[in-house]
Amino acid sequence: MSERAKGMNLTLKVWRQNGPEDKGRMVTYRVEDVSPDMSFLEMLDVLNERLILEGDDPIAFDHDCREGICGMCGMVINGVAHGEQVATTTCQLHMRHFEDNAVITIEPWRAAPFPVVKDLVVDRSAFDRIIQAGGFISVPAGSAPDAHSVPVKKVDADAAFDAATCIGCGACVAACPNGSASLFTAAKITHLSLLPQGQPERASRAKAMVEQMDAEGFGGCTNTGECTAVCPKGIPLDTIARMNRDYLKASK
Amino acid sequence: MAVTGAVLVLFLVGHMVGNLKAFLGADSFNEYASFLRTMGEPLLTYRVALTLVEVVLGVCIVLHMWSAISLARRAGKARPVKYAARRKSQANGYAVHTMRYGGVIILLFVIYHLLDLTFGTVNPAGWDGTPYERLVEGFAPGRWWVTLFYVVAVVMVGLHLRHGLWSAFQTLGLASGRSYRPLKLTAAAISAVLVLGFLVVPVAVMIGVIK
Repeated sequence: MSERAKGMNLTLKVWRQNGPEDKGRMVTYRVEDVSPDMSFLEMLDVLNERLILEGDDPIAFDHDCREGICGMCGMVINGVAHGEQVATTTCQLHMRHFEDNAVITIEPWRAAPFPVVKDLVVDRSAFDRIIQAGGFISVPAGSAPDAHSVPVKKVDADAAFDAATCIGCGACVAACPNGSASLFTAAKITHLSLLPQGQPERASRAKAMVEQMDAEGFGGCTNTGECTAVCPKGIPLDTIARMNRDYLKASK
Repeated sequence: MAVTGAVLVLFLVGHMVGNLKAFLGADSFNEYASFLRTMGEPLLTYRVALTLVEVVLGVCIVLHMWSAISLARRAGKARPVKYAARRKSQANGYAVHTMRYGGVIILLFVIYHLLDLTFGTVNPAGWDGTPYERLVEGFAPGRWWVTLFYVVAVVMVGLHLRHGLWSAFQTLGLASGRSYRPLKLTAAAISAVLVLGFLVVPVAVMIGVIK
């Protein structure tokens, strides 16, 4: 067994906000002897355990699977959604990517449609309402159809699945200088609009989802590309072009 | 944003090509300037076609600004609480972050440019000079600061188009997976050609190639 790697000492500046009505403030914490093998969330767990022992309120943050697939976790780390590690959720970000004695700023997603619930937890129900606005797709219910009854081109199937990997974490909104939810909405629109099953309601779905996105108070897209750069699933920018195309078609 | 921008880009291409007439001498340049006013004759009377172009451009500029302002206002409303940490741009592309303030600089430049070479208000040759005289006296070596201002503003236009050109295709849904590379390269090439084409005239006047 190799000798255990030396622990890291970190200074965290964390956004603390008691509730939706609280004004909130940045609070500085010192965390010592952090293993480089810890994930970012485990590092916060260590700090929270200490805060609880000291009788303080632990830092609230969203998390669930901690495998990078559920979309629950997410915080802006040093000004970058999910931290600077590319294509990585916060739970899969490891402390070895940070320098010893680093100062790390941790903030919640900042967007009016994502109100802070507590500390680093934001309410992302706006995303659910965009999905709901998309409505249904017309598929015959009953026994499973033959796999080859509706042919789908390989390229289309791949692109649809790539779009469907969106976990709805909201990093795109957090990173966008305009606070736009275009990448999320476009990913959801794309994974249906590329498949035959999504064709009957394709245009009306795009229109309804874009209008819901605007109604929630998200900003407009100016094609900065910041969203796709921080997206843990690497959803490409051409999904937004497809959304615009479908929306224009529906608006004619 | 995309449609009005496209109209303005088409205008810039024509404007740049026309400017290069300055290298063919005073007569060629002045003749071109008078052609712009007699364009469409005898079907249209003097300056009708040019006025129509000016109206279309004016409307495009206003609509382009209106789109930009509403986008900026929506962006402000969508993020009422700012980030404490300085946000680092993760996407590659410096030009994109110059669009808003760059647009304001370009607007101020256009106003000065019209006062300078169209109305002659701030030009030594004034309203009574020929277009060529206004050009040569406006960019005279003694007025190097005017040329400098033009250089800064035109480079700003170049950065604006660097992002704006491919962005228009994206907004109109005309871009797709494989087209981004060629689109962005074309945007960069057109921006570079426009910047060089526009700057070569004032610089040539300043260093005495055109006199």
